[in-house]
Amino acid sequence: MKLAELASLIRSKNAGPFVLTFDIVFPDDESYLRAKESGALTIARFAELFRCEEKHVLFFECDNARAFKFSIPRPIVQGNLGDGDMHGGQQFIPLMDIEIR
Amino acid sequence: MNEIRYVAATGALGVGVDAEALEQSLDLRPHFIAADAGTTDAGPFALGSGSAAFPREAVKRDLARVLVATRKANIPALIGSAGTAGGDPHVDWVLDIAREIAEENHLSLRTAVIRSEQNRDYLLGLYREGRVRALDPAPEIDETVFSRSARIVGMMGVEPLQAALDAGADFVLAGRCSDPALFAALPTLRGLPPGLAWHAGKVTECGTMACEGPRGGVITATVREHEVILRPVGEGLRCTAQSIAAHSLYENAHPYLHKECSGILDLTHSKYTAIDDVSVRITDSGFIPSSDYTVKLEGAELVGYQSIMIGGIRDPFILRRLDQWVAEVRAYIYGAVARILKLNPPDWSLTVHVYGRNAVMGAMEPNASEMPHEVGIVVEATAATQELATKAAQLARQPFLHHGAPEWTSGTTSFACLHNPAHIDRGAVYRFNLNHVAVPRTKMEMFRTEFVQLGARPL
Repeated sequence: MKLAELASLIRSKNAGPFVLTFDIVFPDDESYLRAKESGALTIARFAELFRCEEKHVLFFECDNARAFKFSIPRPIVQGNLGDGDMHGGQQFIPLMDIEIR
Repeated sequence: MNEIRYVAATGALGVGVDAEALEQSLDLRPHFIAADAGTTDAGPFALGSGSAAFPREAVKRDLARVLVATRKANIPALIGSAGTAGGDPHVDWVLDIAREIAEENHLSLRTAVIRSEQNRDYLLGLYREGRVRALDPAPEIDETVFSRSARIVGMMGVEPLQAALDAGADFVLAGRCSDPALFAALPTLRGLPPGLAWHAGKVTECGTMACEGPRGGVITATVREHEVILRPVGEGLRCTAQSIAAHSLYENAHPYLHKECSGILDLTHSKYTAIDDVSVRITDSGFIPSSDYTVKLEGAELVGYQSIMIGGIRDPFILRRLDQWVAEVRAYIYGAVARILKLNPPDWSLTVHVYGRNAVMGAMEPNASEMPHEVGIVVEATAATQELATKAAQLARQPFLHHGAPEWTSGTTSFACLHNPAHIDRGAVYRFNLNHVAVPRTKMEMFRTEFVQLGARPL
């Protein structure tokens, strides 16, 4: 099953002008634990999907929110020449197709 | 029982205040109503240029609703990060709107105006004493960053707000302000635990975005010794344990630790419990006081002036070798600008965004090799003056138009311009240049408060 089918919310957003943060939220404990125990969501997988270095990726499993969070430095600072997503809101798409077994 | 009740009128002043819900929320007998009015989310332009992201009419409509409601209930109103960026021109702009509202609605407002724009020499002094520290990630800076900046603001915590409330302000109009501080100021002033007070502020600062259901309405909070109760007012809106927990993660790099001037809000052990269909209780949020009092700095500096051109490409012969085609056109334009305008990088630059390809995700785009049947192209020419940027954009048009595909025997027109003239002047372009904190010598020295009377005093 793809992550987009299992999660109730996948989003990306600026966390200030220098950081992008990604939230993956699940509708119930069952789906959250399934994703957590699948081992599909890791720093290595995220770094591969977003073409960034693993050492720059922060990853959190937030049991009380039934959510995962990734944060990375913005590849281009918000609003600098070349930035194509001022609010950072359309960066989450590669997460949608992660296969959860 | 010691408790503070409040209403967050909207997530952003100018987006809309639900008048009916606000009126209804007064039944809670709130101790104050507050609303955040700013953000860096729209980009560096507001801070750099001294202008706001919302039209005056929208801010006036929302602010009038807040000020009329708080006078009716005889409680203070707090507005933070005035005019989007919270610099002096932004504060003055909102102050002028508030004066008009007070006169039109016959309100008397003893107003505390708290300014947070920073003096460059003062910051340079702190920097030389090692009192400016980089956050992670931060741009490299040196002493020139302060003089280069168009404007720098410091993000205030609860302390200047509390001083204004203590002095009996009807209306606290604050420059750049930590969003949750606006809501935590009075509860912590009254001795309620900072962990719960700051957490309540963190959840409510976006208005009803922390709720499930339709937009509109307002969110209210009751802060007590051992709990916070969150409850929305508005048809169909509900706080759920998960909506509040999930919102606590929103727009922060770390899900549990949130840095404020005076310490760190710690949500590691926070518990969220539904108490009825629409209300949620938060308990066990902590606050770790810091040994150093730090003030986050936000700065914007001028990059230059910009002129852009929008168009599209449909020819499959060009699309199948698009990267190379764009590279050839760019090289030609750089050559032409060097020959005719005597301008070379870094004194000007040409940025090309290819929509349909990777314009949204840039280097992170996983599907950049898939070619659509057409692409949209935005060309940005940026230079030190608008005149030069405009001329560079004018010089860019012909190369885009007439760099054809070799498959055709004679010249084609290869770029579908959207406009005539093809270029659009965008004016000044700014960039954020600081992700740093200042360590002031005293908690209050970076913020300046003055009291002004808006509207006629009652007889």
